[in-house]
Formats: sequence, C-alpha cells, structure tokens
Amino acid sequence: MTFQQLLFIGFAALVLGGGIAVVLLRNPLYGAFALITSFVGLSALYVMMGAQFIGAAQIVVYAGAIMMLFVFVIMLLNVRADEERPPRHRFLVWLAAPLALLLSAGLWLAVAGVQGDRAPSGEAGTVERVGKNLMTRYLLPFELTSVLILLAVVGALHLAKREKE
Amino acid sequence: MVPTVFFLLQQTATDTPARGPIMGYIPIALLFAISLAIPVGALTVGRFFRRTVMTQEKMMPYECGVDPVGDARDRISVRYYIIAMLFLIFDVETIFLFPWAVVFDQLALFGLIEALIFIAILVVGYYYAWRKGALDWA
Amino acid sequence: MPPFEQLLEWSVKIAVGFIILMTMVAYLSLIERRLLAFIQMRYGPNRVGPFGLFQPIADGLKFIFKEDLIPLDADKFLYVMAPALSLVPALMTFTLIPVGGEVTLPLLDRPIALHITSINVGILAVLAMTGMGVHGIVLAGYASNNKYSLLGGLRSSAQLVSYELAMSLSIIGVLIQAGSLDLVTIVERQGGGWGLGWHVFWFQPLGFFVFLVSMIAETNRAPFDLPEAESELVAGFHTEYSSMKFAMFFIAEYANMVTAAAMATTLFLGGWQGPGVTRWPWLGPVYFLLKVAFFLFLYVWLRASSPRLRYDQLMDFGWKFLLPLALVNVVLSATLALWF
Repeated sequence: MTFQQLLFIGFAALVLGGGIAVVLLRNPLYGAFALITSFVGLSALYVMMGAQFIGAAQIVVYAGAIMMLFVFVIMLLNVRADEERPPRHRFLVWLAAPLALLLSAGLWLAVAGVQGDRAPSGEAGTVERVGKNLMTRYLLPFELTSVLILLAVVGALHLAKREKE
Repeated sequence: MVPTVFFLLQQTATDTPARGPIMGYIPIALLFAISLAIPVGALTVGRFFRRTVMTQEKMMPYECGVDPVGDARDRISVRYYIIAMLFLIFDVETIFLFPWAVVFDQLALFGLIEALIFIAILVVGYYYAWRKGALDWA
Repeated sequence: MPPFEQLLEWSVKIAVGFIILMTMVAYLSLIERRLLAFIQMRYGPNRVGPFGLFQPIADGLKFIFKEDLIPLDADKFLYVMAPALSLVPALMTFTLIPVGGEVTLPLLDRPIALHITSINVGILAVLAMTGMGVHGIVLAGYASNNKYSLLGGLRSSAQLVSYELAMSLSIIGVLIQAGSLDLVTIVERQGGGWGLGWHVFWFQPLGFFVFLVSMIAETNRAPFDLPEAESELVAGFHTEYSSMKFAMFFIAEYANMVTAAAMATTLFLGGWQGPGVTRWPWLGPVYFLLKVAFFLFLYVWLRASSPRLRYDQLMDFGWKFLLPLALVNVVLSATLALWF
C-alpha cells in the first residue's frame, strides 16, 4: 500500500465518519459541525486527485457559505436535541434499506464503467484550466448558472417573506 | 509524524515535478497538524497551574449582575436567514468569477461580454432583493 | 531536491514564520495599547520591563493562571470547540504569503525563496481558511447560553459574511491584472516600474479601497467592531470566555489582523516589491514588514479616532454601497485590461 492510498483512506474515513455522525447525532448543531469536518475531508480528497480549484471552492462554498446557512436555519427553527418528537412516517424507516441499496447499485453502475488508469495528471484541475473550459466549452452551463442563481434569489426571498407574515 | 511525511515526500518527489499539485499542499497539512495541537496544548497547560473554585454565582451567565431570565437560545430573526441565503448566492457568483478573471487575458473581448451577461443577470437578482427590502436591516 | 532537505526547509520556514507571527500578535497588543494611550494623552502599560516591553509575557502568564469558567447550561462540546475553530484557520494562512523573493544565506549553496509554499489556488485557499473562522464565532455565541453572546455571535457572523462578499469581489480586479491566483506570482507581477508596479497604482485604487474597508470589517475592528461592542453587548460572543479559551479568541483576532494586513500588502501594495529589491534581495522582507506595519498602525489609528457604526448602517454600507462598488470595479478592471 502506498502512502497516497493510506492518506486517501484517512480522508475518506473522515468524510464517511462525518457523514454518519450527521445522521446519528441528535443535536443538529453537532450535526452541522460533523458536516463541516466531512466537507474538509472531501476537499482534501479533491486536492489529492489534482482538482485544486474544486478543493478550494468546496471549502469556500460548502464548508463556509452553505454551513453558515445551515447553522442559521438550525438557530432560526430552534430545534432542540432533548426534544423527543414522536416519529412520523414510520414506514419510511422500512424504505431506507431498499433505497440505500438502489443508490449503491446506481453508484456501482456509474463507477464500474470507468476503464483504465485514472491517475491525476496534476494540471487538469488548476484554475487556468477550469476557467478556460468554463468560458469556452461549457459557456452555456456557465451562463445558465446565473439564471439559476437569480431563481434562487427570488425563491429565497419569497419563502422568507411568507414566513415573516 | 516525521517518518511518514518523509515517506510521502520520497513518493511525491519521484511521482510529480517539484511544483506538482500535492507537493505544495504538504506544508499546509503540516501546519494544520501543528495548529490542531496548539489549542489542545493551550487548554491543558493551565490545568496544572491554576486553582478552580466553582460557585453557583460564578457559573451563571453574565448579564450585568442581574440574574438571567429565561433561556438565551431563543428563535432568531428571519433576517439572518435572508442574509445567509444572499451570501451563499453571491458567494457562488464570486467563485465563478475567479477562474474567469485568471484567464481573462486569453479571452479578451469575448470574455468581457460573457462576464457582462453573467453579472447583468445577477444584478437583476440584486435589484430584486433590494426592492423587496431584503437588504434593509432596520 | 532530496525529500529530507525539502522537509527540513519547510519545517524551518514554518517555525520561523510561526515565531514571527506570534511575536507580532503579542507586540501588536502592546503597541495598540501604547498607541491608544499616546493618542489619548495617557501613558499606557509601561511598568513591566523597559517601556512595558514585557507586558505581553505578563498577559500570557495571567491567561494561564486564570480560572477557566464554563457557564451553567452551556453546550460543553461546542463551548470548547469554538475557540479552536477560530484559532486554527487564523494560524494557517501565513503559509501562503510570500514575504520576500529569493535570498542567499551564508553556509547554503542555493538561494532560499522567502515563502513557505505556493499553490495554484493561493488566494482562494486564504479565503477558505478565513471563512472557516466565522463558524467559531457563531458557535461560541450559541454555546455560551448568554443573551449577549448569542446576539454578538449572530451579528458578527452576519457582518463577516456580508463583508466577505465585497472582499472577494474586490480581489477579482487584481486577478485580472495578475492572471493568477498564486500569491507568489501576483507579487512577482507587481515588480515593474522600479519596483513600484503595485496594483494600487495600476488600475486598482477602487479595489484597494473596497478591500481595505471590508478587511477592517472582516477582522471585527473599529469602526466595525459591533460584535464586541463593550457598551451594548459586553464583548459579544466571548463574554463568557475566560482564561486560555479567551486567549485563543484574542490570538485569533490579532493573527487575523496581521494576515489581513499581509494580504492587503500582497494584493495591492506589491508585497515585498519596492525600489532596489532586485539589487538587494534582503530589502524585500523589510519592505514587506514596513507595509504590514503601516496597515497595523492604520487599525489602531482608526480605533482611536472613529465612532462605532449602528448595526443597520453597517449592513446598509456593506450590501448597498461596498458590494455594488466592488461589482463596478470588476467590470471597470476588465474593460481597462482590454485597452492596456
């Protein structure tokens, strides 16, 4: 086993451990904290694969901005850990296993098709490369992103307004 | 710690050029490990030197000498949610502008027009948020 | 370069950088108090050692011996984690900031570059690290179970995210000029014009203004120090913190000030560039430290002379003035870059 693999296993454990902790922890803020750890591990994995820009963006957007939103929402709703709520939708628990199986099958199908050596070339994930591709080959998705963001603004403001009145 | 990093270095040095992708991140990882040790050290060192006498009054939340009424963790204003949401949205926009700015030299006028469309659509969203009063705090 | 030598170089650089940062943090706290006193016609701390030079050491010892209180009903886990979450990122950013070009040292047969590391996504990594510090502040406010702390933490995080937007947008202009996110490259590109090809002179004065204002807000300093407003929030998110946990918040804040000053220097004031640097490489770190000192002096000067903003004014200023200004700067920089 090479050291890179060892490092990968370490960060993957961080990602998975964080994810499992999010599901299992009763206190939502602890869950948020676990999710941040998970995102940091994910960012390290991206960097190890040579996707440097994605790695940095992962922390700025996910671990930074999205988690900030989560923390605010948790505080806004004021969900307490000690509140024992009666479980609704009991049948969903039984659906969990088949759905998880389905998801795993889908993931396996996606990964099984990959052939050959997928070692990172090192230059593929630099900002320059991302920028070049984003502005030429993937121009339409890039411009559509702004429309998506515009929709998000309208949606968020609409939701918040209704909640206030 | 040191032998493992040494081992990693030997590997990366043979695999990748000196400014390869992972190489530059090793000092950051190293410093991260050191930085994690600092809070742990800082919190343990004092334990051996100080005397702690806890009383009910000392452990009370400080509210200018008056006994606290009720729980501090009340529901917060919905404004914080709006701010966080707007932050997230514009943060994503900024992240998209970073790679654009870096390759701007090569894109020239074409790049400027692309970015102007992108920014213009977002300014519409910004204007909408302003008109809806989402940016007003008072 | 053999791996062992590389590792040794990194370790030595990290150790030296860390010692310099810690010394700057310690003496910034003293210089701030002395300067404030001087401006207000007082003496300030001048008892411990000559001119009060040992005051930071005395402060540090006091922190160690202080009682470590955890308030009743505090969320113990988050209460302990919060200061660490703010301190760790604050201590990490200096790895990416170049303090000089290549210099030769006695006894070494090759030149040493005066930066610890240089990565492709430099600025973004710095922004990522500083952005993580926000969580520490909001969690500290929540964990303390104190109304002042909660309000302070919330206000602080809302303020930080608002000004972070303007800050990252103001950087875009620099990126258009420099064509790289790597801080080492950005500084190297500012070397023209006898070492005075600084971005603040070449098309980025507006970006510099936005960055300067938002950097002061990002570090929670006057006149944007609402989260710590002692007259209304009793120090805000760290009201309940004492002993080493308070010290950690304190070090994080001052380390962030030094980092922000170093970032402003690197991005807009040419980093270590200056007249004569190519001839005498050791002038680089000297210029760099002088520029950083200028910003640190500005921090203290502002604190001594400016009143605090009201919270709605603060948010209005960030969202309705700085953010549009930063956007205008992006478009303006791109248009200018086309012509020149």
